[in-house]
Amino acid sequence: MKYVDEFRDGELAKNISTNIAREADPERNYRLMEFCGGHTHAISRYGIADLLPSNVRMIHGPGCPVCVLPIGRVDQAIRLAREHNVILCTYADTVRVPASDNLSLMRAKAKGADVRMIYSTQDALKIARDNPGREVVFLAIGFETTTPPTAVAVKQAAAEGLKNFSILCDHVLTPAAMHAILAVEGGVAIDGFVGPAHVSTVIGSKPYEPFADDYGKPVVIAGFEPLDVMQAILMLVRQVNDGRAAVENEFTRAVTREGNLKAQELVAEVFELRDVFEWRGLGSVPNSALKLRPKYAAFDAELKFKVDYVAVPDNKACECAAILRGQKRPQECKIFGTVCTPENPVGSCMVSSEGACAAHYSYGRFRETA
Amino acid sequence: MSTVKPNYTRALDIKNGRVDMSHGSGGRAMAQLITELFAVAFDNEYLAQGNDGALLPSASGRLVMATDSHVVSPLFFAGGDIGCLSVHGTINDVAVMGATPLYLSAGFILEEGFPLADLKRIVESMAKASREAGVPVVTGDTKVVEQGKGDGVFITTTGVGVLREGVHLSGDLARPGDKILLSGTIGDHGMAILSQREGLTFSAPIVSDTAALHGLIAAMLDSGAKLRVLRDPTRGGLATTLNEIAKQSGVGMMLQESAIKVNQPVEAACEFLGLDPLYVANEGKLIAICAPEDAPRLLEVMRAHPLGAAASVIGEVLEDAHGFVQMTTKLGGRRVVDWLAGEQLPRIC
Repeated sequence: MKYVDEFRDGELAKNISTNIAREADPERNYRLMEFCGGHTHAISRYGIADLLPSNVRMIHGPGCPVCVLPIGRVDQAIRLAREHNVILCTYADTVRVPASDNLSLMRAKAKGADVRMIYSTQDALKIARDNPGREVVFLAIGFETTTPPTAVAVKQAAAEGLKNFSILCDHVLTPAAMHAILAVEGGVAIDGFVGPAHVSTVIGSKPYEPFADDYGKPVVIAGFEPLDVMQAILMLVRQVNDGRAAVENEFTRAVTREGNLKAQELVAEVFELRDVFEWRGLGSVPNSALKLRPKYAAFDAELKFKVDYVAVPDNKACECAAILRGQKRPQECKIFGTVCTPENPVGSCMVSSEGACAAHYSYGRFRETA
Repeated sequence: MSTVKPNYTRALDIKNGRVDMSHGSGGRAMAQLITELFAVAFDNEYLAQGNDGALLPSASGRLVMATDSHVVSPLFFAGGDIGCLSVHGTINDVAVMGATPLYLSAGFILEEGFPLADLKRIVESMAKASREAGVPVVTGDTKVVEQGKGDGVFITTTGVGVLREGVHLSGDLARPGDKILLSGTIGDHGMAILSQREGLTFSAPIVSDTAALHGLIAAMLDSGAKLRVLRDPTRGGLATTLNEIAKQSGVGMMLQESAIKVNQPVEAACEFLGLDPLYVANEGKLIAICAPEDAPRLLEVMRAHPLGAAASVIGEVLEDAHGFVQMTTKLGGRRVVDWLAGEQLPRIC
């Protein structure tokens, strides 16, 4: 298929693979973190690990919006649906994230809560228009890619005077999470980053410059197709070999240094920074998430229904935190593939196919048996 | 003296009428629905007996029986509707056992308020599918539920067939070294349903592959190839069906992604919606596992049949205690093709 097959070509992959093997210094290790779940998924689905030499290792980062959602945030949504009788709308994978009391949004739905899976914020608005007698809350999750559509929905609701619509805002920011990973005392065992694809189309490549300048880590922004990822890996290997740390852009067909200014303006108009937000895996990170500006307070479900956030610790056996920081691999978690599977996820990394554990379980676990 | 003709009833108002509770109550209205709609459409000597059950001639050989309920939404989709789907689905379940399908039964659960015109369309589509397949609907049942308690119409069909002499097919018979054959493209049915449901339009429409496979299967059995397993990869798609076989047989599999065909509009729709065609339902495809030496002959026979024209060998059965179904990707890497977790698409058949 046009514009797809070109980026999945086996011959080209073989060429890049040969170049990586030839250029990678056998005397050293290359520990590269792909921040985004989209990259994690591509690496697993196309078997990219098989095309890399053993000293080039990919570490799966925290860039899966469902995975970084802490239990307390899902609890909040469930409370809204069960105690305030709202129609709770959200993107599909979110409904499977495990929450307190052995619940998830999907299980809450089975117990009678009105939870609806939607593809777009426009669907949530439509539900609100069609149900004027009910309160409709959109559980807004995701990085910078999903934030602009939420901003559009809020502005539309304001313009229409749609009083029964509000959002539970869990939008988070990529650069803040990367800072949190890198700001560990004593440094981290990461030699470079494959930078986000879709997020970068919105924010541009500029926000990654501090990671190269201040932390000395190479960043290569890459598209989500397998050849994009392989080319980015080659570019990172070259930077590491040269002792360089720069932000390079492999995804030039979609990403500029400045990004999508219109989307950025829209987001800035509707949202402002939260002082602090708790991430699963990364803990409380200052200035790492968004909330609605006071001007749009009427659409803030947290204020409207007075549902406070209550932090809930993760399951003790769950290694999601270390996995999301790249300190452990999924297979190093004791409950991986036994107690915790995609059918019955304990940790959030097992929920979405972009999660490190689910991707490894679904696509790569034969490697441990070899 | 009345001028009304004896036994006169006003004909069903198919054009504007709707199903009401009386159509399931066992009274005159139900009898009329059966006589004027179902009996006319399905017309055959067994149904015409008009009794509680059909009296059938004795069959020589072992019997195969299969049942399938259909709740697809929307009821009408590109390439078919719930009616022909309910005939094809059950015929295929009987046929992949290696049996010749002989008879079908049909149970209808109708929702109060359902337009009779739509019901007629569905029943006629069913009757056409059954006539074309040569497998009559010999008995049936109709129930009506209150508005809001159904979704238009649900149809359950049961099929009976007689096993062909000397044929033994089962999911636990795949052996290391066996070849895995697939009769055509994957994902057509599931994406036809979904693209219609989501209002997605593509330059070329996605058409369901719903079809009765017993003719193709008969040709395959006639070829004399040593067939071990036949399955139709419906819900959960190719990936799920292969995992079922691997588990039953206690084997692994290695597939070649490049050999698995996907129609371009289906591929585009899957890309668009983030779905993997390996997990999308088919309603007119089959997987065959056979002894390696017979694969070329079997492939030739399949390709000679219209429903197997795009058949290919997609992989091989391996010895693997873990029962992993793996795939060599087009990119040249390897991955697991796992069971479907959760639900990719609801209510597709």
